[in-house]
Amino acid sequence: MKSLKRTWPFHVMLLPALIFLIVFSYVPMGGIVMAFQDYKPWLGLSGSAWVGLDNFRYLFERQDSMQVIWNTLIIAVLKMIFNLVVPFIFAILLNEIRKVGLQRSIQTLVYLPHFLSWVILGGILIDLLAVDGFANRVLGFFGINPIFFLGDNNWFRFTVIVSDVWKEFGYNTIIFLAALAGINPSLYEAAEMDGANRWRQTLHITMPSLIPITIVVGTLALGNVLNAGFDQIFNLYNPLVYQKGDIIDTFVYRTAILNGEMGFGTAIGLFKSAISMILILISYRLAYKWAGYRIF
Amino acid sequence: MYHKTVPYRIFNVINTVFLIALSILCVVPLIHVLAVSFSAKSAADANLVGLWPVDFSTIAYQKTMKNPLFLHSMWVSVLRTVLGTALTLLITFLAAYPLSKESSVFRSRTFYSWLFVFSMVFNGGLVPFYIVIQKLGLINNFWVLVLPSAVNTFLVILMLNFFRSIPKELEEAALIDGAGHFRTLFSIYLPVSLPSIATIALFSMVYHWNSWFDGLLYLNNSNQFPLATFLQTVIIQQDMSSMSMSPKEMELLSQTTVNAAQIFIGAAPVLIVYPFLQKYFVKGMTLGSVKE
Repeated sequence: MKSLKRTWPFHVMLLPALIFLIVFSYVPMGGIVMAFQDYKPWLGLSGSAWVGLDNFRYLFERQDSMQVIWNTLIIAVLKMIFNLVVPFIFAILLNEIRKVGLQRSIQTLVYLPHFLSWVILGGILIDLLAVDGFANRVLGFFGINPIFFLGDNNWFRFTVIVSDVWKEFGYNTIIFLAALAGINPSLYEAAEMDGANRWRQTLHITMPSLIPITIVVGTLALGNVLNAGFDQIFNLYNPLVYQKGDIIDTFVYRTAILNGEMGFGTAIGLFKSAISMILILISYRLAYKWAGYRIF
Repeated sequence: MYHKTVPYRIFNVINTVFLIALSILCVVPLIHVLAVSFSAKSAADANLVGLWPVDFSTIAYQKTMKNPLFLHSMWVSVLRTVLGTALTLLITFLAAYPLSKESSVFRSRTFYSWLFVFSMVFNGGLVPFYIVIQKLGLINNFWVLVLPSAVNTFLVILMLNFFRSIPKELEEAALIDGAGHFRTLFSIYLPVSLPSIATIALFSMVYHWNSWFDGLLYLNNSNQFPLATFLQTVIIQQDMSSMSMSPKEMELLSQTTVNAAQIFIGAAPVLIVYPFLQKYFVKGMTLGSVKE
């Protein structure tokens, strides 16, 4: 207990955070037993009937829930890919601009959408992308028929992915720009001496230098495989596009909170959390192994 | 020198134009909303407004500023942002100090770190969380907007990484002079960590101002909503019950312009802190995620 005498201030400092962590993270984790119950609010956790794995069986038998899992996967994976590729290219292109003032101004503008909420952006997009909206007027100018971006199952996923990349690519560029700034200039000088043009320099110096950070960002994103972006979908979707646009999180909200199927909702939530956790743990291990990345 | 070659110069011109166009594309929607909000009813309803107001008018803002529900939701947002940020700052600042110590100095550190990290990796999901909030009596309670988000592991990591960059000699000197850890934290660490405290404060402020789902889920009365939730119900779900218009007003006002004005007012605080934010978040983001 000698060490406690020395370290008690540390424990005291951690106490407030610990209380919040336990109440709002660990206590709810106990609630996942509901996934194995036919939970009724008026019976509570102890009074509700145990149903074993019925909720999970139901999850895989229901057509709508399988469609929802599939939608989530497609949207999330495509977002992950484009949110990696677009910032990668953008950072390299931005790095070619030598005027510092211009480079800064571009950065200022492209980072901005990241900080606006999907309520704000959703409100704007619903108006802009309407059949008679601004976007369709511009398309009409080129002789293209109006497209119902947010109400057509053929277009909804496309709209969601493009608008997400539009919102986040600037912010995601930051990390690549930081890596670009760290490249040793003498590499370029040496390449110059050997007569390599800028394209060859990009291909053989810039891109390879970005590989480690790309691996880190890419693997860490793995944990988001079932995160298709609740805030965005919830503010953009409508019953017309449930077929292609409904995702796990919005489905849980509707079935559990609005329809009161609490046990079933918990089961889907647990399904998502468990898979995400496994992927996150794997990805952190890989990021550590491949690139020496440590989170704490 | 590649800079002087003709192909590179051509590339440079195309690249510059392309990037400028792309960056303008990032703010065009906001400019459009601003233009609509200052336009007259007829032009807005006929979708004639592009990036500049048509028949300049401020009537949408006048109407919005007279809507008691709107004003009250703004007040709720200010309150949650101030209280939530203050609480997060205090808790993060306190928790990051012991966690920044080496395991040899603070042996329980490993255990605590795992507690924090695991809370980030796994969660019980929406339904159990909802039940806990219910059991705590936080449904229809203002504090539901402040308390659940008080601890954010990402911000704790940001802060502790900053603490680690502070020279050890500073702390050693203070401890030798007889200061305890609390004293060291508040009189030595606090003054030198103001930039990272500002970073965390800004992140937290933007989070609170933008949060809308907690209000929608845990509050049942629209007169308790924060602004983001209010906007969600009015603009996205198009719940018009809060909007009462007299026939005379209907002639001058359109839902489109009023919505645009509300959207813009909702985004304005973020736009105002954005220049300060930009100064810090680049550093914060690279500090939190890229380490040697």
